[in-house]
Amino acid sequence: MIELDQSIVRQEEATAKEVELESVIDVKDLSFYYGQTQALYNIDMKIYKNRVTSIIGPSGCGKSTMLRCFNRMNDLIEGTRVEGQILLNEKNIYEKDIDPVRLRRHIGMVFQQPNPFPKSIFDNVAYGPRMFGTHNREKLQEISEISLKKAALWNEVKDRLHKSALSLSGGQQQRLCIARAIAVEPEVILMDEPASALDPIATTFIEDLIDELKKNYTVVIVTHNMQQAGRVGDYTAFFLNGYMEEFDTTEKLFLNPASKKTADYISGRFG
Amino acid sequence: MDLDIHKQFRVDIKEHIVRYIFFSFAFLSVITTVGIVIVLLTDSVIFFSEVSIVEFFTSTRWSPTIKPVEFGVLPLISGTLTFTLVTSLIAIPAGLLAAIYLSEYADERVRSVLKPTLEVLAGIPTVVYGYFALVYITPMLKSFIPQMSTFNVLSASIVVGIMIIPTIASISEDAMRAVPNTLRHAAFGLGVTKFQVTTTVVVPAALSGIVSSFILGMSRAIGETMAVTIAGGNLSRMVNWLKPGDTLFEPVQTMTAAMVEIGISDVTGDSVAYRSLFAVGLTLFLMTMVLNMVSQYIKRKYREKY
Amino acid sequence: MSEMQLTMNESKGTVLSSSEAKDNIKKEKVKGIIFQIMCVIAALFGIVSLGALLMYVIYEAAGWLDWQFISSSPSRFAEKAGVLPPLVGSSFVIALVALFSLPLGVGSAIYLEEYSKQSYLRRFIEINIANLAGVPSIVYGLLGLGLFVSTFNLPHGIVLVGAFTLTLRVLPIVIVSSQEAIKAVPDLQRHASLGLGATRWQMIRTVVLPEAMPGVLTGTIIALANAMGETAPLIMIGAATTMFTPPHGIMSSFSALPLQIYAWSDFPQSEFQHGVTPAAIVVLLVIILSLNGIAIYARNKFYQRNRQK
Repeated sequence: MIELDQSIVRQEEATAKEVELESVIDVKDLSFYYGQTQALYNIDMKIYKNRVTSIIGPSGCGKSTMLRCFNRMNDLIEGTRVEGQILLNEKNIYEKDIDPVRLRRHIGMVFQQPNPFPKSIFDNVAYGPRMFGTHNREKLQEISEISLKKAALWNEVKDRLHKSALSLSGGQQQRLCIARAIAVEPEVILMDEPASALDPIATTFIEDLIDELKKNYTVVIVTHNMQQAGRVGDYTAFFLNGYMEEFDTTEKLFLNPASKKTADYISGRFG
Repeated sequence: MDLDIHKQFRVDIKEHIVRYIFFSFAFLSVITTVGIVIVLLTDSVIFFSEVSIVEFFTSTRWSPTIKPVEFGVLPLISGTLTFTLVTSLIAIPAGLLAAIYLSEYADERVRSVLKPTLEVLAGIPTVVYGYFALVYITPMLKSFIPQMSTFNVLSASIVVGIMIIPTIASISEDAMRAVPNTLRHAAFGLGVTKFQVTTTVVVPAALSGIVSSFILGMSRAIGETMAVTIAGGNLSRMVNWLKPGDTLFEPVQTMTAAMVEIGISDVTGDSVAYRSLFAVGLTLFLMTMVLNMVSQYIKRKYREKY
Repeated sequence: MSEMQLTMNESKGTVLSSSEAKDNIKKEKVKGIIFQIMCVIAALFGIVSLGALLMYVIYEAAGWLDWQFISSSPSRFAEKAGVLPPLVGSSFVIALVALFSLPLGVGSAIYLEEYSKQSYLRRFIEINIANLAGVPSIVYGLLGLGLFVSTFNLPHGIVLVGAFTLTLRVLPIVIVSSQEAIKAVPDLQRHASLGLGATRWQMIRTVVLPEAMPGVLTGTIIALANAMGETAPLIMIGAATTMFTPPHGIMSSFSALPLQIYAWSDFPQSEFQHGVTPAAIVVLLVIILSLNGIAIYARNKFYQRNRQK
């Protein structure tokens, strides 16, 4: 039924392990409104620790909206409203006593368009730690080096840390943004179509990087590129018109989807 | 794992304080406007209890300190309007044609030099313009218009006209550049000359912006003070617009010049003359405010939709 | 033939190819050339006139502008006359205006652009600012007189009152140009900062302000150049048209360069009209044009730098 190359679909190891998986984020009956318009309908999903979860779907299906709910970036838009809960380690992040600012230090974000600050490479990576009170020069250098290494950028920039970040290529800038997000030591990293503005080689780089990142972080990635979701995600959620149509391990969703709509999307019949 | 994502009172308070400080800065503008209105009104109200409002608006003599004392604002309004009219007759055509040149005819290189240079005209202080008018332009004009008096409307209008050209030119030019090229191409495609395209398609399409620039220019001329004080003389009179000689070549006193005259003199804070300053100021303020609002209104309401 | 074809055949050749139409094109083209010449003349008229006036004033100032002129006090005698007190007065007041207007202006712009939502309040404030920009400067003098002198009971014609008054006068300009500079900072940068967990003020302080600063400074310097030439408001608040000593504190009486020029424009002696006063004018113009030049140069340099990266 599905014409997908088996080799690019992530194989999940023994399903028995699923039961032991810790869920870092638990979305419970989440509905989201832009003013009067409802954009998300009763979403239930789990984000598992140290795994990559992909969110796929056609344009306008709500996947970016969903992503921005995790770190409350939607709060920046006027007139938005949330019903339901998103639990981070059992605590609902939409409670009144939760500070979105502090939340975002634990849930980081990488954007579709690389957006390094017009500062030096070092100042970009050190930005987060500096904001949070670290001013010791050596500590900052240490953090930067570690983060840049984890983002697979260290070797390319170690001799020009004080050059402007804007002198890097697109792919390098995006890795810099990843390093910048990592420097803050978040628990979760959100990525909104991180490779869509990059060339294929840079894209592969990023995908390999994501694979490495999940060892230390939990990753949620929105992508309109199905092959990418298949390559990179352990779990995949398929969104359609604001509903979460299906959520399962990538292997199962791609090879044996439960819903016909999922099957149609994956086989390219629409979207 | 217990993540610390709860709100912290101390940090929150700081953010609120910062936000409130900036808000109060922004609100200062509202307070300034209120301040202007209150200052103008309080002394004006007292003034109008001493001098009848009828006399103020109908008498044709303005003499705040020289006996017989009379407070008729009409001569001042006449002076202001005359000055504004003549200035506009210079600034508007020059500004509009300059704008047309910049928008329709000039190439990028010329434009990049010409536009900033025009802005310099607006940067020269009006005191300097006034001096130029009195000491350079008036003698020059007198040499072929012997009946011109030393203090006159024309010299002051010329320099202030020059000063206002950039205002009219830049707003009109923006309006014309906003006209999409498809309209021009449509006209050219019919085999029409550039002159015709400009005058019959572009200018009408940009009309609301152009007219609002004229009104803005006139508002500036009304509020203009030093040039007309130095070069226009301080003779308040009713100007006879039917006689160009009387209009252009004789001295005049505008509202602003009258205010300077009082401000510079020895009137004490408790006198009627002092308060008349605010009554004239109120009139001036209302005139420019109305004009500015009309200008904004025209720009918004008649903004052409392409 | 059908009716339509008949009509087509008849009307062909009546509009375009008649000699009438050809002459019309020629006439229009001639009109066009005359019009273009008129436009060029208009564009150059102001510039050439001002250029001539400036050359004339520089020529007349030539013999009179020297170190002695800048360092002396005004005098009835032309040879002894100088501009030191008003020069110091102007500089002092402008420095204070810079000190007051920069934080107030940038702060207002920050509130409008970063904190406030699209609401009636914001619209109201912005309309107010636009109105204030159009108020004649002499009215600001009345405000200064009625508010600072009468109500707050500050003395007439002191540096502080002059600075307050001129600050209010230039504030709308500073606010609007700061707003433009802040708006130019891309939202993507703001999101990057907030996404990392910065607070709103941290984001403004570390991302928005640094990037907007060149534009803000340019706007402020241009506003200061304007303030330098302001005369009417200072007359209204009681500043002296001539002072023989420079001000020594914020509560001192003062005079300003444009005020001294105004006073001297009344002196009919030829040494003043064609010597001293032109010299004072040149000093004022040099200051103003330098300020404008610095602002434009700085803006271009930063603009280039941001583009090249």
